[in-house]
Amino acid sequence: MSVRQLPIIPISTPRIGAVGKTGKWRIFKPIIKQDKCVKCLQCWLYCPDAAIIRDENDNVTVNYDYCKGCGICAHECPVKAIEMVKEE
Amino acid sequence: MPLSIKNLPKEEILLQPGHAACPGCPIGIGLRIVGKVLGKRTVIVVPACCTSIIQGPYPYSAIKVPLVNVIFAASAAVASGIASAFEAMGVRDVNVVVWAGDGGTADIGLQALSGAAERNDNIIYICYDNEAYMNTGIQRSSSTPYKAWTTTTVTGKQEFKKNVPAIVAQHRIPYVATASIGYPLDFAEKLQKASKIKGFKYIHLLAPCPVGWRFDPSLTIEVGKLAVLTGLWPLYEVENGVFRLTSISLGLLDKSRRVPVEKYLRLQGRFKHITDEDIKVYEEYVDQLWEVLRKLHGKKIV
Amino acid sequence: MPQYKILTGNYAVAYGVKLSKPQVIAAYPITPQTTIVEKLSEFIEKGELKAKMLRVESEHSAIAAVIGAALAGARTFTATSSQGLLYMHEGVWMASGARLPIVMAIVTRAIFPPWNIWTDHGDLLDQRDTGWIICMVEDNQEALDMIIQAYKIAEDERVLLPVMVGLDSFILSHTATPVEVPDEDIIDSYLPAPGENIHYPKISFENPLTYFNLVFPDNYMEFRYQIQEAMNRAKRVVMEADMKYYKLVGRRYGGLIETYRCTDANIVVVSMGALTGDVKEAVDRLRDEGYNVGALKLRFIRPFPEEELKKELLHKKLVIVIDRAISFGKGGILYTEISSALYEGRFREIPVIRGYVTGLGGRDITVDDVITMVERLITRLESGTLTHGWEWFKLRKEVVE
Repeated sequence: MSVRQLPIIPISTPRIGAVGKTGKWRIFKPIIKQDKCVKCLQCWLYCPDAAIIRDENDNVTVNYDYCKGCGICAHECPVKAIEMVKEE
Repeated sequence: MPLSIKNLPKEEILLQPGHAACPGCPIGIGLRIVGKVLGKRTVIVVPACCTSIIQGPYPYSAIKVPLVNVIFAASAAVASGIASAFEAMGVRDVNVVVWAGDGGTADIGLQALSGAAERNDNIIYICYDNEAYMNTGIQRSSSTPYKAWTTTTVTGKQEFKKNVPAIVAQHRIPYVATASIGYPLDFAEKLQKASKIKGFKYIHLLAPCPVGWRFDPSLTIEVGKLAVLTGLWPLYEVENGVFRLTSISLGLLDKSRRVPVEKYLRLQGRFKHITDEDIKVYEEYVDQLWEVLRKLHGKKIV
Repeated sequence: MPQYKILTGNYAVAYGVKLSKPQVIAAYPITPQTTIVEKLSEFIEKGELKAKMLRVESEHSAIAAVIGAALAGARTFTATSSQGLLYMHEGVWMASGARLPIVMAIVTRAIFPPWNIWTDHGDLLDQRDTGWIICMVEDNQEALDMIIQAYKIAEDERVLLPVMVGLDSFILSHTATPVEVPDEDIIDSYLPAPGENIHYPKISFENPLTYFNLVFPDNYMEFRYQIQEAMNRAKRVVMEADMKYYKLVGRRYGGLIETYRCTDANIVVVSMGALTGDVKEAVDRLRDEGYNVGALKLRFIRPFPEEELKKELLHKKLVIVIDRAISFGKGGILYTEISSALYEGRFREIPVIRGYVTGLGGRDITVDDVITMVERLITRLESGTLTHGWEWFKLRKEVVE
């Protein structure tokens, strides 16, 4: 580990993955069936982990590096386009 | 432009992925909304609470705006100091926000909250209410509801939940609102309104905690919705003293449209021991509450 | 031209604050601190001081508000006493841990129970482990001057620690004496403009930081180490601040300690605060009687002037330490600290060190009392029966035995 010069007070800088790849916590994995998706963005709005990526056309994909698999997206999807699958 | 999901910024402004919240934690949802509505020129003041841990440990942080962790009882006062300094130094167009749990608001932080409210200091105080000391392991707070199990009320709490938004409203501040994680857009609209008002603004956000309330993490939104739909947690705002029910709660003055409270209670392990008698107590509580709300709706109450 | 005014110690503090131009002041009333804040409110309302005054609901919030304001980059001030200071305690630790150059006046007052509003150093000395620079003044002029110097010391890049300036309740706080108020432009050239040249990472939207999140055992100690290092560097900064002030204003106090007729003395009486004036007078009278006595005023309790004390005291025959506070179960606080400093690394060839605990809760200590303290010990010293230790003085033993 490299030696990092301490600041005078404990200050931290923003980064993605501040506590690492939280996707490793996952037991069930959300799979979005894109053909069923109606781009309502409910999953994106409700995701506690900011792990649903919304692109410029409002397509949604899961950022599996950080998705903890809580299943809110699947539970709230109004068209049942998200399925929770057990991680291997 | 009215708020909708579509016109909330795509970018994550406040909270980034890879934070330390438990799966299904309502805090992540709430903080994301705060960032998307209030923008980058927002300072967050956080007392000891789950969010102290969620941001991650030194030297990194999941938070993308300035965030100050402070001593438990003092968040409103620190925020007042920051807002005063900005005012004294001519720093404009900023939001100074307290993001505190129910313990830091209803219990240990109530004095500082009351002080800052009475002085009408220019801050937005958000209490995210998960109805117990979750960060220390689910101990009872004054915001824990009747009969709820916690690690310090193992047979269920004997007292009812403290009504903090009503207490704060009595300070004659320009804006008080309740919100629920189950209705993020209602919360977003209230935040947006608060950000345009000078003075003390208070939003009490119900934040169902899967770990402490003992429900499956996929149900956070559903539990947050049921709290509102049963009438247990009315969504309202008090703007310049005028009380008004908002969004879904507006329709619940008609009792027949309220979901039976049992449905909300039975979804949560913290209530699994409750009896039919307890449920009756809850039903009477809700009915009485709505009789009061009916009288308040549309009226100047302070 | 400087103005000459008849000011109480509290008003002298307020004039010092006004000249230092803080941007945010937060305070909560407590006797005997109140007149500081009243005077500052008056300055603000008359437009003589452009500061935002937060009339907070508690001392806990007073320190919290100035912490917030300082973190946002403002120059800040607060003041309290006794219970107020104790109620602030966790915020006192936060201010130093956050390395914020807050200046706070402490009008020293006895601690409850029972109610007692008179001077006692227990409240100030209770803060000695907190990482604040702590000084204590002897008179109203020094109170004004030290408030200004406190900002100079606190904001120095080498220090960045908050400073407490203590003054004795009533003896100074409410007693009016002539005080010279320096010119505003002189102090403007002494202190940096408020809110500018800030040497700590203040709140910024361009460089958003998370402050004070969880630090694991692998780094916590190093943050503590840096506070201790800053304390060590502060010793030099205190001297520099005093010298620069002397050049501009014409008054100096000698830094961490001040000595009076010590050079050829074989007995030295150590004291702190307003009592030092009486000790100096007692020294003069004892000198007239042929005793080689000197006085040493402890100006700073933190950083503790170990080297200065060793230099001044190690070769003396007798060191008498007068404490206006007690650490229950141990004894006089300054006595203990001075003993430890003089004993450090040595086991002989140190003077006999005797402590007196007295004057608690405002019990009056007069010049005659100081003379009695010294004479009593001289008799025992000459008879060879005096050893290291401490005792009560002016304790009404008959009512407790």
